[in-house]
Order: sequence, then C-alpha cells, then structure tokens
Amino acid sequence: MNFGFTEEQDFLRESVRKFLDDRCPLSEVRNLMATPHAHSSELWNEMASLGWLGLLVPEEYGGAGLTWVDFVVLLEETGRTLIPSPLVSTALAITAIRDGGAVAQQARWLPGLADGSAIGTVALLEAEDVPGPDGVRLQARVDGDEHVLNGEKCFVADAGSAQFFVVAYRVGDALSLGVVSADTPGVTVQLDSALDETKRAGTVRLRDVHVFAEDRLEAASPREILGRLFDCGAIAVTAEALGAAERATAITVQYAKDRVQFGSPIGRYQGVKHRLADQWVDTESIKSLLYYGAWSIEHSPDELARYASLAKAYVADAFTRIGVECVQLHGAVGYTLEYDIQLYLKRSKWVRHAFGDADFHRDRLAAPHRESGEASNGRNQ
Amino acid sequence: MDFQLTEEEQNFRVEVRAFLDEHLPDPVTQDDPDVLKIWNEKVREKRWVGFNWPKEFGGGAGDLIRQFILKEEMSARRAPALGTDFMGLTWVGPAIITHGSEEQKAKHLEKILNGDSYWCTGYSEPDVGSDLAALQCRAVLDGDEYVINGQKIWTTAAHVASDIFMLVRTDPDVAKWKGISCLLVPMDTPGIEIQPIPNLSGKASFNQVFFNDVRTSATNRLGAEGEGWRVVMGALANERSGISESTEMLQHLEDIRELARNSRRNGRSAFEDDGVRRRLSDMDIRIESMRLTGLRHLTDQLQGKPSGSETAINKLQRGILEFDMSELTLELLGSAAAHQSPLTHRALDWHGTVIGGGSPNIQRNIVGERILGLPKD
Repeated sequence: MNFGFTEEQDFLRESVRKFLDDRCPLSEVRNLMATPHAHSSELWNEMASLGWLGLLVPEEYGGAGLTWVDFVVLLEETGRTLIPSPLVSTALAITAIRDGGAVAQQARWLPGLADGSAIGTVALLEAEDVPGPDGVRLQARVDGDEHVLNGEKCFVADAGSAQFFVVAYRVGDALSLGVVSADTPGVTVQLDSALDETKRAGTVRLRDVHVFAEDRLEAASPREILGRLFDCGAIAVTAEALGAAERATAITVQYAKDRVQFGSPIGRYQGVKHRLADQWVDTESIKSLLYYGAWSIEHSPDELARYASLAKAYVADAFTRIGVECVQLHGAVGYTLEYDIQLYLKRSKWVRHAFGDADFHRDRLAAPHRESGEASNGRNQ
Repeated sequence: MDFQLTEEEQNFRVEVRAFLDEHLPDPVTQDDPDVLKIWNEKVREKRWVGFNWPKEFGGGAGDLIRQFILKEEMSARRAPALGTDFMGLTWVGPAIITHGSEEQKAKHLEKILNGDSYWCTGYSEPDVGSDLAALQCRAVLDGDEYVINGQKIWTTAAHVASDIFMLVRTDPDVAKWKGISCLLVPMDTPGIEIQPIPNLSGKASFNQVFFNDVRTSATNRLGAEGEGWRVVMGALANERSGISESTEMLQHLEDIRELARNSRRNGRSAFEDDGVRRRLSDMDIRIESMRLTGLRHLTDQLQGKPSGSETAINKLQRGILEFDMSELTLELLGSAAAHQSPLTHRALDWHGTVIGGGSPNIQRNIVGERILGLPKD
C-alpha cells in the first residue's frame, strides 16, 4: 500500500517544472497564443527530445514505456504553466493506437508520435457534443473493404496542427475507429475561434473519405477503446486543470500578501483568507481522486470509468469556482489583459466542459445506483 | 503508487471478516448493554481494543495498514465500537503512553482498554473557545497537591465520565501557551460540580464543570509543568485520517439513496429527479475524495512525513458533507421531516459535531495561515 510518487516521478516533476519555467514562462505562452495554431515546433521538438511525447509509447517503438501516473505528473506541470501544445491530443492518439492497433499499426504510427515527427489527435465529438461512445453518430458507407465517411467531427482539439485524426464513426450500430491523415483528399479543417487561446480546436469535415482496413483500429472492441479514450481524456484534462488551479491559487495568495488595503495585506481578512483556504482543500481533494484514477488506467481498468467521473466532476466545478474567485480577489486588475490571472480564468472555462461537465459525470456516477427498470433519462451513459 | 495489500495484510482482512461472521451481534446494536458486554470481551481478547497501542500496555501493536483494514471492515459491517471509553482510547491513553509516569500508566491504561473508565476532556471555558491557549482555569501547587479553581464548559459527557483530561493554567506570568499544564483528575473529587447543558435536541450531551478548591495530587499532572500545550497538540494529532469515517458515510449515503428511491416526486422515484440524483453523486464524490485523501495521509505517516493538514481538510470536507446529507434527508422526508425521528435528530446533531474540535472557519484560518502562509488575523 503506497499512495505516493516514486523518486523518479518526483524528479520528473522537478525537471519538467524547471524546463517550463525556463523555456515557456507566461510571457512566452502569450507569444504562442498569438500564433495561428498556438504551437511551436521548436518547443515541440525539445519536448520530444526530453522524452515527454513518448512517455506512454512502449519501448520497442521508441518510447519510455511509462504509465499514466507518470504522464499525469507531466500534465500537472504543463497545466501549471498553461503551455499550449498538442501533448494531450497526441497522448490520446497514442492510447488509441496502443490499445486498439495491431502490431503493424503500432510500428507504423507510434515511433513518429514518440519522436515528435508526427502529431496526432482524436476526433470523437459531433455537433450534439455528447462526450461518450453514444454520442458517435457519423455513419460510414461500406464500399467493399473500405469505409467511406461523409460528415463532420466537431471540437477536435489541435485540429490545425495534427497530421492525423483518430476518427470515431459507426457502420450501422457498430462503432469503429479509423486513422485518417489530414492530407487525405476530402478532409478539410475549419478552425474554431478560441476563448482560451492556449486551447485550439476545429471542425474536421469529411467528404468521401475512404478508411482502408489497414487504417482501422480493430485489435480490441472499438466501444471499449472509445470508452477508455473518453476516460483517459477526462483524467488528462483533470491533471492539467489541477496544475492550473494550484497555480491560480498561488498567484492569488501572493497577491493577497502584497496588496495592502485598510492598513493591512488583504490576505489577513477572513473574507479573502477563507476562500483561498477552500481552494486549497479543493485542489488537495482533486489530487486524491485524480491520482487514483490515473493509477487505475493500467492497474485496475474496471475502476477507471468511475474514478474518471469522480475526478472530472469535482474539478469541473471546483476549477470554475477557483477561476472566478481568483480574478475577483484581484479586484480591478484581475479584469485587465495585463495580469496573468485572466489566463487561468479562461482555462477554467475550457476545462469545465472538456470530456464531460460535472452534471454529465454526476449522472454517470449515479447510474449504477438507480433501481433496475426505472426509466433512464439518456444522459447517464 | 501501489494499492495492493501484501499477502499478510490480505490474510488479516480475511481474519477480521471471519471474526465478524462469527461474533457480530445480530441484529447489530450500538446500545444493548448485555450484547455489547459480550462483544467487548471478544474484541478485547483479540487485542483489537487499543489496536495500535504497544503490547506492553495491553494493546494490539497493530500497524497503520492493519488498523486501516480493521476500521474499514468494522465500519463496513456497522459493527459496534472497539471498546467503550472513546476519548480514553482515542487521545487520553495515547497521551499517557507518550508522556505518562509509570504510576499513571499502571493506573489508567488497563481501565481504558477494559472500559472501566470513561474519560471526558476539559478544554473550552466560557471566554475561551477557539482561542484555547488563552484558557484561565487556574491550578496552584500547594505542597504536593494542585488546587484547581475555575470553570470548563461544553465538556462532552462530563455528566457520565469517571475522569477528566484537562488543561489548566499553572503559570500566569509567561506567554499564554507556556503556562499551561495537563491534569488527570477523577470526576468524584470533592469540589467538582457538574451542570448539564441541554443541547437543542433537549438531550444532555455537554456540560458546565465548576472547580471550587479542587485538590488533586501533583502526581496527576501529565507531562512536565508548562508542557500541557505540547501534550494536547500531540494528543490531537492522533487519529485524524478520516478513513473509517468515510466508510461510515458511504453507508449513510446508501441509506439516503434508498430513501430517494422509495420517495416519490412528480409521480416517479425521487432518484430520477435530476437535482436529487446529482446531489447524491456529489456526496459520493466528496466521500471518495475524503477516503483517498486519508490514504494519502496514511502513506505520509508510513513514510514518516510530518502531519499537518489532515485534521483541517478532513473536518472541512466532512462538515459540509454531513450538512448536505442531513438536509437532503429532510427534504426527501417531506412533511415527515416535521416529526421527531432518528433522521431528523441527526440533522440537528450536526450543529454540535460541526464545531467540535474547531469550527470550519477556524480550520480555514489554520489552512490560510499555516499552509498558505497568509498573515495572521
């Protein structure tokens, strides 16, 4: 029984933090936000050479063969600095290929994802925006051995910088996952405007796009792979959100120590102090749920869905609250473009909905406790 | 990170379950004295009363993991408590083991384990609540005896206690927390007068305790003179992870779910109401986070890291959670919430438990000042 990190994991956290503080402070984040895809290939290549991109890739394909607990350590730190990058998208593409790809497919895609020469993402959601396998409605036409796609996938993270998409669709009722290259004829990407400019997404339009048998991930049940992708996605954004929320609290604590009103630092007043204390209780609680959820991905997969929902439901509301309070505790300067705290507020607005909002996950958590035979209300899958 | 138990630990869990299969009272009772007498003898034989106390003092010398397993299994079956002298077992005994004289150990420890004593705790005073170190109850050494004069209040169970573990001021001329000593005083000592204070349910749970020239031997002082603050801070550090509490709360949550499934709202089960169902899930989320935070603290303890934040986080989470649980219960009861029942009394009792050991706002001050480093108020 040990609910702690290893020395290697502590070292990973330290070295990631040091690198990001050096190479991507918030001033640099702001520079990247002003670029078309909020992506720096120079930073991306450095991250690859540090082994971050291949962290989840098995060693035989050029990765480190580590686990989601290690990856969560990394994501807490990237969340803390708000560095924009397709790290989570690529990790989910890796997870889909690792879980659902045949050996030849793993050999084809994983080395490029690990060394940074390829960027992948997952295209799961559609206009209805239901964050689970049941939300997949895109129908493929079967043409011999090929699946032909016509339609669109929405809210696709890093759609502008990715070279390929893991696309979820259906053939009849059956779910399927296909890897579609961005330069395939018939694929167009329309970029979304972004409230949080560190998180870019777009709509991927598919016109007579052919998915060949060798591009389909069929080594495991697509429903299981998809379910896991949504859950891993929830864990990933929770980890980034935790790092961001802790940093937002830390920035605001510092402000509350420095800002003097009525002859005293405002952090002395309980109206300020107590809200910051509650934020700390929330982030500590999120850690407990998140770390267990991350551990379950490789060690107790049957528990993943529950713990992903516990963690994401908690963080969705808590970070939303933290973002709002931190800006408010800054007073008028919190509402300026100049102060960094607004960047965290915008991230909190992005996190709330990503991979399911709090109510979605609350309904999912309640589902096993509903009496059998009672009418389902459709949001609990 | 590894949540697997060793084979020996798993065997211990099997042992606890087998014991419960054989000896758990059926139906489970918390108050039938005859049944509890047999239960207490059985768990005492297993050395599960004072499970983490050293063997030489009659305890079970159980390690933290086994203690966690034992509590989890006990609360999962809603078993009666392990031993009857709650405060004696939880902090008075451990404080005596750490700071007590040989005489004090011989006099008190076995009685605590056997349930022959029942301790209460004298901290708060009429003008001294959250600011405990400002306490005024005075003890003056006169030969080989202390003479105590003053008053304690909100003293839980004083009206049924055999002894009091109390803080007194022995030196008024030094910094406030340095002049405090800890005394162990029998409640039948002449000069002690107890006045129960009915709580808002009308029950006697706490009391005022008056000390008028109460003389007690100086050998009843626990730890050195002026060390009382240190003794008590150590005592408070025992037993704060909240793991077993979370198991109990999971069962309470299941009771509320059952109530929701059996209540009707808008012609269907209240569980199908979006608001009710999501509030139930919120409770699930917070109980799980308490349980897992307890496990993280347990790991810290096993690795010898200093404690600090456990009580605050546990009390803050729990205070809000228990409030939400009892309020949802009342809502689900509907008109029956106006009746007297164990469920409605539970909602009223929350107002006592939420402030015991430091109100939520005091916990927020502790977090804000000690952990976040904000200036003291």
